[in-house]
Amino acid sequence: MKWRTILSSKTMGDDEEVKVFGMWASPYSRRVELALKLKGIPYEYIEEDLSNKSALLIQHNPVHQKIPVLVHNGKSIPESLVILEYIDETWRNNPILLSQDPYDRAMARFWAKFIDEKILSTTRKVSFTTGKEQEHAIEEVTEQLKLLETEVKGKAYFGGEGIGYVDIVANFLVFWFGNLQEALGINIFSQHKFPFIFEWIQKQLKIDMVDECRIPKDKHLTYIQTRLAAFKSASK
Amino acid sequence: MADEDVVLLDFWPSPFGMRVRIALAEKEIKYEYKEEDLRNKSDLLRKMNPIHKKIPVLIHNGKPVCESLVQVQYIDEIWPHKSPLLPTDPYQRAIARFWGDFVEKKIYGLESGKVWTTKGEEQEAAKKEFIECLKLLEGELGNKAYFGGENLGYVDVVLVPFYSWFYAYEKCGNFSIETECPKLIAWAKRCMEKDSVSKSLPDQDKIYDYVFHLKKVFGIE
Repeated sequence: MKWRTILSSKTMGDDEEVKVFGMWASPYSRRVELALKLKGIPYEYIEEDLSNKSALLIQHNPVHQKIPVLVHNGKSIPESLVILEYIDETWRNNPILLSQDPYDRAMARFWAKFIDEKILSTTRKVSFTTGKEQEHAIEEVTEQLKLLETEVKGKAYFGGEGIGYVDIVANFLVFWFGNLQEALGINIFSQHKFPFIFEWIQKQLKIDMVDECRIPKDKHLTYIQTRLAAFKSASK
Repeated sequence: MADEDVVLLDFWPSPFGMRVRIALAEKEIKYEYKEEDLRNKSDLLRKMNPIHKKIPVLIHNGKPVCESLVQVQYIDEIWPHKSPLLPTDPYQRAIARFWGDFVEKKIYGLESGKVWTTKGEEQEAAKKEFIECLKLLEGELGNKAYFGGENLGYVDVVLVPFYSWFYAYEKCGNFSIETECPKLIAWAKRCMEKDSVSKSLPDQDKIYDYVFHLKKVFGIE
């Protein structure tokens, strides 16, 4: 599948130039693209080879040298959660990603942190460990997903009535997580175990922009397997 | 502010708790401080933070807010008129949030803890990285009085509690942070001239005694 690169358009506003330095298989990178697409913001996408990072990426993110980085009219913003709030505060059209109410905003930020610092962090442990250590990590991430599920139970979206900040941060569940567990040959997530998250995923898939941020499955499975093999041989 | 009920569940040496104390003090908000015994957590803590069961927990009119960076932003948004901590411009806000996240991951993160929990090569590597991160922060501070510019801002509130732990780090790691990062220490001392900071941070000696005690409890040399 060819990734579209959309050149900056003048329909947004005079001299608006938006670039995203990303990586096709990164859930952090996909979040940023999803937010921009939902807001209807055209952007130029630059695919980074993480084994050979470009000078431009290092220039725009000298501290961490990581993707994603958003560059808006020459101003660089790294860190996906920081980028999401920047997008929401800069382009105030619908969908508004974070509520105006401070308490709701605090809850949304809490769950985004939980996803990144707990679920995604434990998922890395699941990917890169074996035996008892992996079993323990699988139990841990299952419990964490159960906690996350309580937040979407009875709601169409984490954001309530419409797609919002936490839905975008949770986008890793729509394609990335399913691909990963298939590549690993494990079964953490299923409709039976997580009916409410599964329902949420079905609603997400009906949104065109979410589908546009699909991580192509076969390519992703190959990528994960290659990475795991490289990790295993490096650990010997 | 009539009808405002603010409670902070906290633990005196916690730099995360100190952030919230500073933010509330900057906003001149009266609150009830409740000291938690972390070996015997209260029912209130377990009820208000069922997911992590950790302090600090800010309870505002009965509703809990957890996670210190989330709490500081919440306090700034609920009481926006006094001492604003985040700027109004989206790009400046993004820079502040970026550096807040950097402090969280690099200064408060697990790796920096190795400065006092390890010895030998591991400790030397941890010290080196710790100082490199502090130097990056010095670079970001530049010639400003505070990270927030002329007044305390979000990054100042997020970082300065760690100053109370510096003496403990220096003793355990046998190095001088002031020698390596004089501008940062000057900044910290400037912050400590403010009541909101000095009254929220315990003495460095008390923190050192606490770290010494922790090392004994965990069998760390």
